[in-house]
Amino acid sequence: MNFRAFLGMATALSLVTGAAQALELTDGKVKIGVLTDLSGTYSDLSGRGSVEAARMAVEDFGGQIGGMPIEVVSADHQNKADISSSIARKWYDAEQVDAIFDLVTSSVGLAVQEVGRESKKIVVNNAAGSTALTGKNCSPYGVHYTYDTYALAVGTGSAVVQQGGDSWFFVTADYAFGHDLENTTSTVVKQAGGEVKGAVRHPFPNSDFSSFLLQAQASGAKVIGLANAGSDTINAIKQAREFGIVQGGQSLAGLLLFISDIHSLGLDTAQGLLLTTGFYWDRTDESREWAQRFAQRMGGTMPTMAHAGVYSSVMHYLKAIEAAGTDNSDKVMEQMRATPINDFFAENGVIREDGRMVHDMYLAQVKTPEESQGPWDYYNILRTIPGEEAYRPLSEECPLVKKAS
Amino acid sequence: MAELLGFPPQVLFGQLLLGLINGAFYAILSLGLALIFGLLNIINFAHGAQYMMGAFFAYLLLNILGIGYWPALILAPLLVGVTGIIIERLFLSRLYKLDHLYGLLLTFGLALILEGVFRHLYGVSGLPYAQPAALQGGQNLGFMYLPNYRAWVVVASVAVCLGTWLLIEKTKLGAYLRAATENPTLVQAFGINVPVMITLTYGFGVALAGFAGVLAAPIYSVNPLMGSNLIIIVFAVVVIGGMGSIMGAVLTGFGLGIIEGLTKVFYPEASSTVIFVIMAIVLLIKPAGLFGKAH
Repeated sequence: MNFRAFLGMATALSLVTGAAQALELTDGKVKIGVLTDLSGTYSDLSGRGSVEAARMAVEDFGGQIGGMPIEVVSADHQNKADISSSIARKWYDAEQVDAIFDLVTSSVGLAVQEVGRESKKIVVNNAAGSTALTGKNCSPYGVHYTYDTYALAVGTGSAVVQQGGDSWFFVTADYAFGHDLENTTSTVVKQAGGEVKGAVRHPFPNSDFSSFLLQAQASGAKVIGLANAGSDTINAIKQAREFGIVQGGQSLAGLLLFISDIHSLGLDTAQGLLLTTGFYWDRTDESREWAQRFAQRMGGTMPTMAHAGVYSSVMHYLKAIEAAGTDNSDKVMEQMRATPINDFFAENGVIREDGRMVHDMYLAQVKTPEESQGPWDYYNILRTIPGEEAYRPLSEECPLVKKAS
Repeated sequence: MAELLGFPPQVLFGQLLLGLINGAFYAILSLGLALIFGLLNIINFAHGAQYMMGAFFAYLLLNILGIGYWPALILAPLLVGVTGIIIERLFLSRLYKLDHLYGLLLTFGLALILEGVFRHLYGVSGLPYAQPAALQGGQNLGFMYLPNYRAWVVVASVAVCLGTWLLIEKTKLGAYLRAATENPTLVQAFGINVPVMITLTYGFGVALAGFAGVLAAPIYSVNPLMGSNLIIIVFAVVVIGGMGSIMGAVLTGFGLGIIEGLTKVFYPEASSTVIFVIMAIVLLIKPAGLFGKAH
């Protein structure tokens, strides 16, 4: 071997080892798991769209980190906590999944957050809403990214009270998320000087709401707060129209509405509803550009805030691995907390020590059919709710916060 | 104002009426199931999916061919019936000699496939289907506001249930059917084509499911999962009424609708389980069901 060739080889070798030193991946790749509802009530607002959003983020990132591939896997948790935690355990322990995203349904989100804590692996909740994720169940490896019930309550609850809706009756889905949403909204309503006349808990999922709506009607409350989601909310709103509740002078407040719900309801039925969202596709040039690309891959369906949150959080996670030079969960979490998030989804978003990603939320009103320019042109953004106002202040309910202070 | 059991009477009356409306759906669906079980000895687990198909056919007829609610009320059940006849000829007819379990597994598999196909094509949020213009609005009954459409649901389902009952109990065709249920070989010996009768019965049974689906379309969103939420309850209704008993299925359907409605007032959290509690009690006391004949 001549000297020149030897020199070339040595340089190449040092480059390879140099790259390996710059990036330490435990198994030679980054594997992202999207655990979501692929077949049930919530599969339109998260589901396949969330998987697609994660794939888009990986492709936009370049498909690899330092020469090592990034993979996306997905599974259907059927909105059941036991199924989700066994999939999460298998993914983390046997299949080298590094982080899990989406996790629609609060009971699922809470269960997987516990698995992540035990396995010391990152869990990013995008579509689950319960504030317990950053409260008493907070985890050093958990991020709550897109929205939570507190932000919904602050946004929609206080706006409705300000408009004169000062007495409330809740129709609540009977599980963690519904209870949480009802409680936080009750607090907000009372703080704003309103009154809560009662609540009824319905089984989840449920299709006939007439009975619950009649109880709400009989309560005489000015506002019927729907503390549920997905097709439950859609059916409740449809049937409220049918029973003349809106014509009778009571108004509805959908506390969690995704754009997919509005699309299904149609503007005739949904017009005028107030809602709080973490993302609307037609807000800025960047959000429009991303949403159009998403819609092309999803047969024309525009993204919900859950989909946008998955993309943004996967991107933030990959950037953190690159910057930290490792996929070690502690170091990646440190990096994710240290870097503000600036993209089409969030402006100066920050992940707090309790795992809450604080970003601006938007109070929107559903357009009338006359105002709408075409399909998916659904919202008028009435107000930007600054992140500090939208999200609950750091609370010592989360043990991580207590330690820090 | 006087109160009954701690609730104002108008709340109770309203809930009774609503229970009756939900009971109407249970009645039509359990009627079809009881009919099919009576003659075919098949536990038709695809019934919920066929109910969903009825709603989807109504939606597709409207949005592709521009055919409105009233014609769809006839056409969509016919279409569901035709698919039922194809299913019976292709698959079910091969299972009659085997245990009940095989028919149950086959129809359960079919239900999953049908739901999966519609979910893939249309998503789960549901599609809008407007009420027919003639039935919009409602009546103020003093104790509640009754949407005209819901009143129509009760009228239509009572008429269909009564018609089916008359057909089976009072006509010659019905007599053949009942005879074939008891002893198919003997009936065949009299020159009656029992296999065709079985095929048509299955078609009619699932057409009833399709009819319920069209009735449901304007109330609930047209949704691939609408049947799977309902089918388990309807099975419980059939078991309580007595497998194979036509009148039992209808009366139990309405009765349980009312009980469920009242549960939604007194203890709403239990409204999804109350029917199963009743089922357990009935099975303990009268294992053949309220209207069933012990074999």
